[in-house]
Amino acid sequence: MTINWKEYAPTHFYDELISTPGNARQSARRLVAYLRSLRDEEVEQRRRAAEATVKEMGVTFTVYTEEGNIDRAWPFDIIPRTIAKKQWDKTAEGLKQRLQALNLFIQDLYHEQKIVQDGVLPRYILEQSKNFRPECVGISPRYGVWANICGTDLVRDKDGEFYVLEDNLRVPSGVAYMLENRAITKRVLPDLFEQAHIAPIDDYPARLFDMLVSLSPRDIEQPVVVVLTPGIFNSAYFEHAFLAQQMGAELVEGSDLVVQSDECVYMKTVAGLQRVDVIYRRIDDLFLDPEAFTPDSVLGVPGLMRAWRKGNVAMANAPGAGVADDKVVYAFVPAIIKYYLDQDPIVPNVETFLCINEKERDYVLANLDKLVVKPANESGGYGMLVGPHSTKKERLEFAELIKANPRNYIAQPTLALSTAPTLVGNNSLEPRHLDLRPFVLQGASTYVTTGGLTRVAMRKGSLVVNSSQGGGSKDTWVVDTEAK
Amino acid sequence: MLSKVAERVYWTARYIERVENTARLLGVYANLLLDLPKGVNLGWSNLVELNSAQHLFDERYKNRDERNVVKFILGDTKNPSSVVSSLFMLRENVRTTRDVVPAEAWELINELSLFVSDNLQQAVNRGQRHDFLKGLIKGCQQLNGLLYGTMNHDAAWDFLRLGRNLERADMTTRILDAGAATIMQTQGDEVAINTWQIIWGNVLRSVGADQSYRRTLRSAVRGSDVARYLLEDKDFPRTIAHCLIASADSAAKLPRSEPVSDCLNALLSRGFDGVDYQNLGAPFRDYLNNLQLELAAVHSAIANNWFNQ
Repeated sequence: MTINWKEYAPTHFYDELISTPGNARQSARRLVAYLRSLRDEEVEQRRRAAEATVKEMGVTFTVYTEEGNIDRAWPFDIIPRTIAKKQWDKTAEGLKQRLQALNLFIQDLYHEQKIVQDGVLPRYILEQSKNFRPECVGISPRYGVWANICGTDLVRDKDGEFYVLEDNLRVPSGVAYMLENRAITKRVLPDLFEQAHIAPIDDYPARLFDMLVSLSPRDIEQPVVVVLTPGIFNSAYFEHAFLAQQMGAELVEGSDLVVQSDECVYMKTVAGLQRVDVIYRRIDDLFLDPEAFTPDSVLGVPGLMRAWRKGNVAMANAPGAGVADDKVVYAFVPAIIKYYLDQDPIVPNVETFLCINEKERDYVLANLDKLVVKPANESGGYGMLVGPHSTKKERLEFAELIKANPRNYIAQPTLALSTAPTLVGNNSLEPRHLDLRPFVLQGASTYVTTGGLTRVAMRKGSLVVNSSQGGGSKDTWVVDTEAK
Repeated sequence: MLSKVAERVYWTARYIERVENTARLLGVYANLLLDLPKGVNLGWSNLVELNSAQHLFDERYKNRDERNVVKFILGDTKNPSSVVSSLFMLRENVRTTRDVVPAEAWELINELSLFVSDNLQQAVNRGQRHDFLKGLIKGCQQLNGLLYGTMNHDAAWDFLRLGRNLERADMTTRILDAGAATIMQTQGDEVAINTWQIIWGNVLRSVGADQSYRRTLRSAVRGSDVARYLLEDKDFPRTIAHCLIASADSAAKLPRSEPVSDCLNALLSRGFDGVDYQNLGAPFRDYLNNLQLELAAVHSAIANNWFNQ
């Protein structure tokens, strides 16, 4: 590759592959040496091969526009991002610790609420929570675990440490893209896999399936597991179909299921009704059951909550798990870990200001141009203010929003999100910001994916990595630098 | 298996067949026109009538000329039985049944869709049409081959087989009908009568049966024999008899199949007694038309029994 590596400037950000101009990090040494050996035409040829592969594999996501829904090819950058195994192993421990604590927390909130009584979590947070479901009080899902699948967003700051940015405990998506990214990379850069010690990732669907089976209320040989999707118009439909296929589970929509008078869930098959044991639901709480929540929802199954409360069917994630997926609760996670596990967090939080506290709010209002302000209950990067990139008018609008509803807003320092070399324009490499979403499973045991989904902000200088807003992605390699 | 998935798998098979048959038919028809003597004026209109799409066609185009008809049949998204429409439906059906069809099927569909969108323009152009149609047929065969080679012979397989055989049977009635219609158009024309053999030969070719016909009957191509062969032969996979027997066989393997089996068995036991092979005029066309309605009734029986709950 006739890229001038000395010119590639990681600037003042932490770069995932390059430590100082011209020098690769240990985990990226083989990769960078290999890229150097490629001629320009070869790079171009691999890039095209990747593009064609994405189309042939039909890896798409759906974007909602005013003209209707468009299926877009998954934007993929062929240069992988590497992480040293040693650092990853420690991070994975931290993710397990975090999810275990969060599950103890959710279980507590729907039972005695000791953490509130002990004054660790202010009561107002619970009272104003949009995701606390009174319908779930007193229920104990299997193993006391509510969030069985968690997508944790990690970022690396300029010190090179991973920080948790967000815990996605409702219906986190992206894992199929993580798996497909690897499949594409294996096709376009096969020679590299022989040289470097890259940890495989493809056991995720099997782990997911085992975890789901372990939730079955019936003690039978082959519990019936289904993936419940809102349907083809959902932006993550590709992933729903992919996971069902990889697990050998049925992909169902609400209209395929019915709750009978015995308060069990059945699916409509060609042989008649068949009982369902475990539902991996990819529908938000409020659309699950028109009887219990949104009456005009056509996505859900009437009576589903009754069946679940009776313990006749398991749902992952359990309804109500989202109470811990809240940017205000997030600020308390270090305290939650300490409270339930009596441990210090292995992976730290990003410093967070709660606008409801007067002192912190004053600080936020005075420093809007330096901070990132987020609403407590939005996902997908919507409704955010990125201070350093904002206009004065936007900051004034946000100041009003915050004053009107302080509980709904948190603020964080603008992170110096790490970068990695990314192919742009005429096949030159430029640094682009990225994050990482590993997936954590908890059922009878806890499991973390090896690496995760790396999302890249493809626009120069941008910090927004969401695919709905112009983000792309890269394969993520956990590399054993100590292996011979 | 889920009712909805069964329905989609069934339609997947129907659309694969539809795409392949349409491509075959177009190729053969273009060849036929080249073979006919100058005086015989057949035109492209027959291909539109074959799909009972005259009304829709005339709404969209002025002349039933080659360019328009080819465009209508291959690339017109407003025509629900065009190749692009069928491929779109095919892809949607596979996309929503990815949990029961082999994973590579999804990739093959994407490749085929890309091939069509990249090369559709070629097909309007006579010189390159052959390569395009060949690629299209190859794509369908690849897909069928993949399913044959790797798919479990479970309920999904039987729904696939049901869809495939009903669509084939339907197409065979339409192609026979087109043959009969062409013959009627040329009746009384001295020159044209000599071309009947060419027409029936092309009828066989459009269902890929010319070689097996010759091997089975060991005789020249005659209208009466061709009609009997495509209706009654049990061994060739696109005859009515074969398709009905295969459908009945698959239906019987599925749960709660009585209503569908009854419907198919009634059709089979009636046989082909009423057909007058010596006179392939209007009564024969009425017979084929009626057969199409009966095939539609089989489809309704399948849908009522397994898909709509």
